[in-house]
Amino acid sequence: MTQFTSFAAPSRRGFLAGSAAAGLALGMGLTPARAAEPQKGGTLRVGFTQGSTSDSLDPATYSNDFMFATSYAVFSTLVEIAPDGSAKPDLAESYEATPDAATWTFRLRDDATFSDGKTVAAKDVVASIRHHMGEQSKSGVKPLLEQIADIKADGDNVVVFTLKSGNADFPFIFNDYHLTIRQDRGDGTIDPDSRIGTGGYVIEAFEPGVRIELVRRDDYWKQGAAHFDKVVILKVGDAAARMNALMTGEVDLIDRPDLKTIHMLERNPNVRIHTQDGTLHYTMPMHVNTAPFDDVNVRMALKHAIDREAIVQKVLKGYGTVGNDHPIASSMPFYNADLEQHAYDPEKARHYLGKAGLDSLDVTLHTADAALNGAVDASVLFSEAAKAAGINVGVSREPDDGYWSNVWLQKPFCTSYWGGRPTPDLMFSAGYAAGADWNDTNWQNERFNELLVAARAELDQGRRAEMYGEMQKLCQTDGGALIPAFGQYVSAMNQKVQTPEKVSEMWDLDSQRFIERWWLA
Amino acid sequence: MTRLQKLILSRLALGVVTLFAVSALMFVGIELLPGDLAQQILGQSATAETLAAFRAELGLDQPPHLRYLDWLSGVVQGDFGQSLASRRDVAELLSTRLANTMFLAAYAAVIAVPIAVVLGLLAALWRNTLFDRSANIGALSAISMPEFFVAYLLILVFSIKLGWFPTLARIDSVDTLGGALHATFLPALTLILVVIAHMMRMTRAAIINVLAAPYIEMARLKGVPRWRVVLRHALPNALAPIINVIALNLAYLIVGVVVVEVVFSYPGLGQLLVDAVASRDFPVVQAVGLFFAGTYILLNVAADILSILSNPRLRHGR
Repeated sequence: MTQFTSFAAPSRRGFLAGSAAAGLALGMGLTPARAAEPQKGGTLRVGFTQGSTSDSLDPATYSNDFMFATSYAVFSTLVEIAPDGSAKPDLAESYEATPDAATWTFRLRDDATFSDGKTVAAKDVVASIRHHMGEQSKSGVKPLLEQIADIKADGDNVVVFTLKSGNADFPFIFNDYHLTIRQDRGDGTIDPDSRIGTGGYVIEAFEPGVRIELVRRDDYWKQGAAHFDKVVILKVGDAAARMNALMTGEVDLIDRPDLKTIHMLERNPNVRIHTQDGTLHYTMPMHVNTAPFDDVNVRMALKHAIDREAIVQKVLKGYGTVGNDHPIASSMPFYNADLEQHAYDPEKARHYLGKAGLDSLDVTLHTADAALNGAVDASVLFSEAAKAAGINVGVSREPDDGYWSNVWLQKPFCTSYWGGRPTPDLMFSAGYAAGADWNDTNWQNERFNELLVAARAELDQGRRAEMYGEMQKLCQTDGGALIPAFGQYVSAMNQKVQTPEKVSEMWDLDSQRFIERWWLA
Repeated sequence: MTRLQKLILSRLALGVVTLFAVSALMFVGIELLPGDLAQQILGQSATAETLAAFRAELGLDQPPHLRYLDWLSGVVQGDFGQSLASRRDVAELLSTRLANTMFLAAYAAVIAVPIAVVLGLLAALWRNTLFDRSANIGALSAISMPEFFVAYLLILVFSIKLGWFPTLARIDSVDTLGGALHATFLPALTLILVVIAHMMRMTRAAIINVLAAPYIEMARLKGVPRWRVVLRHALPNALAPIINVIALNLAYLIVGVVVVEVVFSYPGLGQLLVDAVASRDFPVVQAVGLFFAGTYILLNVAADILSILSNPRLRHGR
């Protein structure tokens, strides 16, 4: 597991200094112990699980890995999450905040150009961000941008964001794949279908749900990035087909190999399995305002009635770690390592049931493999383990179709998952804060919400660590989310594909920035 | 107007009515599925507000019957509209996929139909011999295994062990006919193995049925060789059921191959339809569905016409 010792969160003194240092570190090579220097050239062929005929280049609608990776290759963001977890300026040259962290000034690079040769201007940034805001927007990132009170272009090179309240983690938001920068059409809007981007690659051919072919831009402004001459991403939805194509050399890299048969890939000397610990985690949210989950003792009983180890071994085939009922991964900043690990303990579960005044308990867990490939198996394992504690967990299998609209957030107890969030604030704000659209447990803990607001505007890292530590404990002991496991991101590639010593683990494949960061030997 | 022309016209008119019924059924079906396009595309990240904005942009906030009539009025004028999800013209979206599907179907049919008919004839000619039995067992075993299993077996042998053919049928990456035939050989072979049994068994059964007739006995008695009996006397009278079963299998090769497409990542209509249904992209579902229904209708009409033409009694009947 990698440690984020160099977590370069902004300090009260100087955001400018911090970001300049990050830029310097990049120039000198962030990872001195790198196995080999990146080489230019070659064609990378990728087999991806996801990708659909319904995909479009409109950044408001990106919903799968195929489009995330494409988005990062063709367009770029103001800020990227560096392999060390820090928010590194990308299209921005630097950023700084007022001491209350409520007004943020982003200075753009002078040398960044679109693929049609135009320089990136502040008005492009404003139009691109506005695309995800306001009444008309259908963007998935809209709730995250509601904290923005105003965006202003200050000249050609500076963008000023005024927030409704202070947020020390604000720059991290701009790594989001939705928030790629497009050209202003002249009326303050962007053309959502435009293929003109600032990234290292241009689109040569795009057949949604089938393939995309990307070619490196000769005039790419960023140094030491975009090593492949050409990248082809194919949608290969069938896991066996993906693994076969890797073994026969028709593709160089695949995501999500089938964990049940991955040992066959491991036997092939030409294939390498790549794992990232990441922030992906599987949850079983309980609505804390619905009986019987409104009693904290019932929640604690359930948290002790699940065999986490068995789920990691049997469902995730060992490609994961046990969860501790809070959503902060050990790879994230401010992870609280001192919390006692919740473990399978039927006696303790019975004890909590007793405290709730119950002899036995009947609950129904709604599940579908849409929540995780194996969620149904995990639910059945849970049901079996819970019997020893006198808890009867009925497993109700729901259709994958419409799961997110008809089951998640609707049923009082279901299975779900959360992908990566780079900081505790973003994670907690998305799924645990009072009033959050995706608060899937309806949890309204006063102390937690106070701490969340206080920690967001707090720039002292020690104080923040304390606050986030306490919030994790609150989630664990009072929250409604049962979090049995964190899953690893697993991918497989042939020996030609080279990865940097350290990759960003937040999402699969170097947080989907592999096209810009990896290379071929 | 001859009887045949009348029949063709009435069949085609009925076909158009059927297509309308099919489109209405498909529309109702999509409406009944949980969730709409906005929910399917936004998925877990949907909020009430973004859903409303998305629906307003696509016109999904209109009542269903208005949306259907709207779509229908376009189709009657030959405009299949745009994909709701990608905003591409449905006609453009369909064209490459359609070409791919027809290519694979034709590839498989050109090989499978002659083989199946010849095998069926030979099996009838040499009834209950070792040849008959092995042809039957072989064909029946191939059809008894699920398509994806046949496909995986072929991949294992011809791609992974022997390395002769690619596992991904990337027809879009080749520019010669030979290259395309090579790239799509394994999916075509899978389909061939799956459809041969039906046609072969029907040919055999139809021929054997006719062979029991008295006029065949007469032919045998006057000394006509067995192969000539089968080809000249039995086959013309057994054509109708054979044509019918061939038409059914051709239709299957066009509309029923989604599993094979998925296993070989072949960009055909089946995958397009699955994607469109998954995202509730109604204009695309309708266009593909209507094409599939139209294929069935036309092939059935063609089979009926050919059956009539092959039978003088029907041809000149009154």
